[in-house]
Amino acid sequence: MSPVAPRWHKFWTGMRTLLGDDAYERYLAHCRARHPDCTPLDRGAFYVAELDRRWRQVNRCC
Amino acid sequence: MATGTLIRATAWIATAVAGASALGGIALHRGESINALWFVVAAVCTYLVGYRFYSSWIAARVCRLDATRATPAERLDNGRDFMPTHRSIVFGHHFAAIAGAGPLIGPTLAAQFGYLPGTLWLLVGAVLAGCAQDMLVLFCSTRRDGRSLANLARDELGRLGASAAMVGTLFIMIILMAVLALVVVKAMAHSPWSTATVFATIPIAIVIGVYLRFVRPGRVMEATAIGVVLLLAAVAAGGWVNSHPAIRAWFDLDAKALAWFVILYGFVAAILPVWLLLAPRDYLSTFIKLGVVFLLAIAICVLQPDVRMPALTQFIDGTGPIFSGSLFPFLFITIACGAISGFHALVASGTTPKLITRETDVRMVGYGSMALESFVAIMALIAACVLDPGVYFAINTAAGVVGSDPVTATATITSWGFPVDPAQMEALAASMGEASLYGRTGGAPSLAVGMAHIFGSAFGDGLFAIWYHFAIMFEAVFILTVLDAGTRVGRFIMQDALGSLWAPLGRTSWYPSVWIASILVCAGWGYFLYIGVIDPNGGINILWPLFGMANQMLAAIALAVVTAIFVKSGRLRHAWVPGAPLAWLVIVTSVAAWQKIFSDDPRIGFFAAARDLSDKLAAGVLTPERAAVAPKLIFNQQLDGWLTVVLIFIVWIIVIDMARGCWSHLSGRRPAANTESPYVATQLT
Repeated sequence: MSPVAPRWHKFWTGMRTLLGDDAYERYLAHCRARHPDCTPLDRGAFYVAELDRRWRQVNRCC
Repeated sequence: MATGTLIRATAWIATAVAGASALGGIALHRGESINALWFVVAAVCTYLVGYRFYSSWIAARVCRLDATRATPAERLDNGRDFMPTHRSIVFGHHFAAIAGAGPLIGPTLAAQFGYLPGTLWLLVGAVLAGCAQDMLVLFCSTRRDGRSLANLARDELGRLGASAAMVGTLFIMIILMAVLALVVVKAMAHSPWSTATVFATIPIAIVIGVYLRFVRPGRVMEATAIGVVLLLAAVAAGGWVNSHPAIRAWFDLDAKALAWFVILYGFVAAILPVWLLLAPRDYLSTFIKLGVVFLLAIAICVLQPDVRMPALTQFIDGTGPIFSGSLFPFLFITIACGAISGFHALVASGTTPKLITRETDVRMVGYGSMALESFVAIMALIAACVLDPGVYFAINTAAGVVGSDPVTATATITSWGFPVDPAQMEALAASMGEASLYGRTGGAPSLAVGMAHIFGSAFGDGLFAIWYHFAIMFEAVFILTVLDAGTRVGRFIMQDALGSLWAPLGRTSWYPSVWIASILVCAGWGYFLYIGVIDPNGGINILWPLFGMANQMLAAIALAVVTAIFVKSGRLRHAWVPGAPLAWLVIVTSVAAWQKIFSDDPRIGFFAAARDLSDKLAAGVLTPERAAVAPKLIFNQQLDGWLTVVLIFIVWIIVIDMARGCWSHLSGRRPAANTESPYVATQLT
């Protein structure tokens, strides 16, 4: 593998996290690791619930 | 000494010397023009030195950051808001949250004093006050489970402080939304290209929202990519609209109609589900915002434009046409966000601390992202100052100040010593695809002209009109996000308050309550927007200082909370780190408020302006159009005066409350209370 590939991969995963693209995967990983007995939300329900939570507080400035 | 240490020491000495030389060069330069690269070098070196030395000293000695201490993200990890995240990502998140229109508009307006005062305050203010504030609030909140500023105020200052913080937050949000809405409305007024492009962003956001909700849930990357392409197409399509006389007329709207549209839009967006409009547009605006900041930095370095504004103008005496008031205190009120912004304290407590993996990341996230925000402000200042000063004043000065016909306006501005002529303005407007650029107050159009000049020259000749409207769209998308996000958060605060009057009104999902609270919030900012639109002097000259004072008030609240925490938690020796910026802010806000309330000059004092206007109305010297709106303007000036009284009252309540609490602690009447969460060792490797 060329030396560029791992860096590109790191940049790409970083961008995904920054924009929230991998939020659901991170949530699933968390659920499986910490609460194996409970059923996680599906992708769509998680997305809506997350947005509703996030936009209840100030998260954009002047 | 090891070779590595020697090299590092030499590099830092070189950075400091380069920064000092560039700053000295900027300050002492007296000529026709000066290369913008000097500003970039001065700024970057100043931030680097501040970050390397001041922030590391704050981290090690003042906060005593402890990498072995588990952060809330680790202890309370829930896979959602509490989640350990890599510090570069938290940095990006935090920067995207704090960077908005404020650091772009403030420096653009403050350029009327010349380039020097703005540059110096942006650098000094950021390094010593703004970055330190963000870092300290982030630290205090991280040590307290990511509690919000209002909660911190309740714990440290008591109920009075907490109520003042809540009223202050609602107040600043109303004023902020009004002033930003005014900026968009002024940028769109009688500009069919801008209006069509900005209108198009709404259906684009809805398409992306539906895609993210039903087609490919939560796939933000690909949706953003599609959305950005559509937005760029919308900019080009705006040009097509502008070239069609019949379609053009539909989008050729006056400021009053646009104000009503924006108010209605804010209301609808606040009650719609967030996934439909608010969130998707925020994804787009965040992406474009980060992209433009990056592009602008590259373009300035490639083009190295000349700054044509003088170092100082005669307007430091307070007679400025864009806003009135002398250098002290109004420079520090006008440049709010790029130097120190209270609003950041709301993000630095609450959202960001829940993502911090290690306590030591607080330095990079808190101090670092504010330094970058300040750099954005420096770039905005450069973009304003690369314009011919005459052009800058012609765009930013309201018709009520210089007259509405081109010949009188240009003659007046030329008589100030900033030559400009009607032919030059006409050619400029034509190259930007606009009918006219006179009296386009609010800062957005002149910033867009500056950016178009930089981008258009750096990345191949021409396309000025496309770049201009791209810049307008770029400002409009995140201003509209602030409007609906702000209306929504304001709605929750309002419902919280109304709930204490009658319980059902506090239920956040009960429709009558949602509607009533949203209407109240929209009416609040909509009122100030409407008055700003009908004001012949442009409105921004009234609203921006009010916003600046409110923002500094919020910063004072945040710094008062931090100072109280420091005094109580055995950091008295270092309490000056938040205490000195606090003292400065209290002085600046008090002097500004005093002048706004008591000045006899109608251009500065709110009550003096109301008296002046009612005298003129009584004497019958106003034109019929002016006389028609005069009663509303008189009432508004008086209202603004009283709001200033309330605002300064809040600042002093907080400061006295804090001083009282600190004193009773220091005199031993109240025992030391540690409000930090207990130490837990980190399990992360």
